[in-house]
Amino acid sequence: MTQDDASLTSDTPHSKPEQGPRRRDVLATVTVGMGCAGACALAYPFLDSLNGTRSNRVGESDILDVDLSLLKPGQQSVVTWRGWPVFVQKRTPEMLKKLQDPALLQKLRDPESRIPQQPKDAANWHRSITPDIGVMIGICTHLGCVPTFDAPTQAEPSGKYLCPCHGSQFDSAGRAFKDAPAPYNLPVPPVTMISDKHLRIGESKGDPDFDIANIRQI
Amino acid sequence: MTERPQSVSTWLNTRLPILSAFRREYVEFSMPRNLNYLWNFGAFAVVSLTLLILSGIFLALNYTPTLADAFSSVETIDRQVASGWLIRSVHMGGVSMLFAALYVHIARSLYYGSYKAPRELVWLTGLGLLLLVMITAFAGYVLPWGQMSYWGATVVVNAVNTVPLVGKPLASWLLGGEGLGNVALHRLFVLHFVTAFSIIGVIVLHVATLHVTGSNNPTGKDLTEPDQTVPFHPYYTTKDGLGLCLFLLVYAALIFFAPDFLTLSDNYVQANPLITPSDITPEWYFAPFYAILRAVPSKLGGLILATGSIVILFALPWLDSSTIRSARFRPWLRVALPLLFLAFLALGLAGMSPPSPFWLWISRAAVAYWYVYFLGLLPMIARREQASRRKEHF
Repeated sequence: MTQDDASLTSDTPHSKPEQGPRRRDVLATVTVGMGCAGACALAYPFLDSLNGTRSNRVGESDILDVDLSLLKPGQQSVVTWRGWPVFVQKRTPEMLKKLQDPALLQKLRDPESRIPQQPKDAANWHRSITPDIGVMIGICTHLGCVPTFDAPTQAEPSGKYLCPCHGSQFDSAGRAFKDAPAPYNLPVPPVTMISDKHLRIGESKGDPDFDIANIRQI
Repeated sequence: MTERPQSVSTWLNTRLPILSAFRREYVEFSMPRNLNYLWNFGAFAVVSLTLLILSGIFLALNYTPTLADAFSSVETIDRQVASGWLIRSVHMGGVSMLFAALYVHIARSLYYGSYKAPRELVWLTGLGLLLLVMITAFAGYVLPWGQMSYWGATVVVNAVNTVPLVGKPLASWLLGGEGLGNVALHRLFVLHFVTAFSIIGVIVLHVATLHVTGSNNPTGKDLTEPDQTVPFHPYYTTKDGLGLCLFLLVYAALIFFAPDFLTLSDNYVQANPLITPSDITPEWYFAPFYAILRAVPSKLGGLILATGSIVILFALPWLDSSTIRSARFRPWLRVALPLLFLAFLALGLAGMSPPSPFWLWISRAAVAYWYVYFLGLLPMIARREQASRRKEHF
């Protein structure tokens, strides 16, 4: 090893023939190394371009105001926020009563909403800021399909959500049932009531630091 | 029979001998030892083509081939796609570097007689590549849908229309019947891709034919002694490598310091069928042919002479009957051929300049010389050389 090192530093024309190839190997390694570094530098802009279009969200508002005046108890409307379907529902007194039924709570995975799937001001038994208005992002926490709303009827006054893809079930507050595949409750977006008839999605008065990107699963 | 553990490379090579083929063709392959740096330009062309295809794929990810969105999608690539400006610069600079490399590569073949027996197929496949590159470059130039794209395409479409009998139906059929519209733009986008990838296939043919005969050399003489050749690696990998470093240096300078040096500002104005830009200039690599088109006072005549100037090259191996390859040993050619190169450069300059009587006559003289050289001068010089050779043998 020391002999080889010596051959690198001593560049005399009379170096021994067996020391020659060693110097060439170093040169070849350095050249190939530099070539690889160059190739990596060249690869950067190509891979970087896959990050997509910059600044296309600049100036785009993240706030969506929803008018509730046309919504009757037991109905829901679907709005789009950040490209996601958001369920806005008005609950009947029967639905609210059912949400607190101990028999139901036993069948749910997270009845107290302990897992962070909602802003702090919606971590309650009705998973919303006012009990009679429910707002949820309609994306099943199993594999991302949109659950369908089973509106409350005379026979079944509680109302619930059924996912068409793999049979996941949620109650009308978006809480997942234990005997179905979806692991978490439906996400709740940040919501503020601006009047009795209007609510604002994208802003939470009760939890201003809430970021939808930080919930357990969307 | 004893069973010994095989290495992975032996296992692979006995089933698919790519390793030994690579060794035979790119490591041990015997090359003339006297090649000069003009023999680097084929490697330059391959490298610039590789970068063009790579950058082209990434541009295509963000490009939309519709009249409504083509221009703005290119602007988005330049301004908003991460590193998009750099990828587009690599692509635009790459075209110029590829054409520059090809023109030098072809000039070298002309000077050292690399088109002659037994390398006629190398020459013919090479010319096929030139045509494919030209078609690809034209189709690609239309895609940004700027003013120069649109009017360049208009002129070419109308040139095809002038071909008697077949021209009009052919152009209408190729463009999908509605002139330069959505259908045409989409087809040009597909054409740009298809020809770009076919070029790779033809390069394989070009290199395969070259490896059958081996490289020509500056003396043009067949190599007979073993000590006249050296293995490709490390001798020509290092020589090509050094040349490549210099080539990439120029390429990088073009991309980083002068990305707009070779493009026209008019092409950053969206195509407008109602206004033709006041001075139409083609890209420099098409300028010589554009100058021919402009120099001939007849629509069809100009088209025939411009395309003929390339078509005539296909006949070159049979127009030049001399058995001497290199111009080093052809005193008459050493005068006549540089004049041909000068004529090509003059046509290029004429094509880039605004039309004036001076440039008009320069281009006419240059076109005339181009044809006189190939059809008169070269065959005559060849016959004289063969005659004096026969005399020597007596």
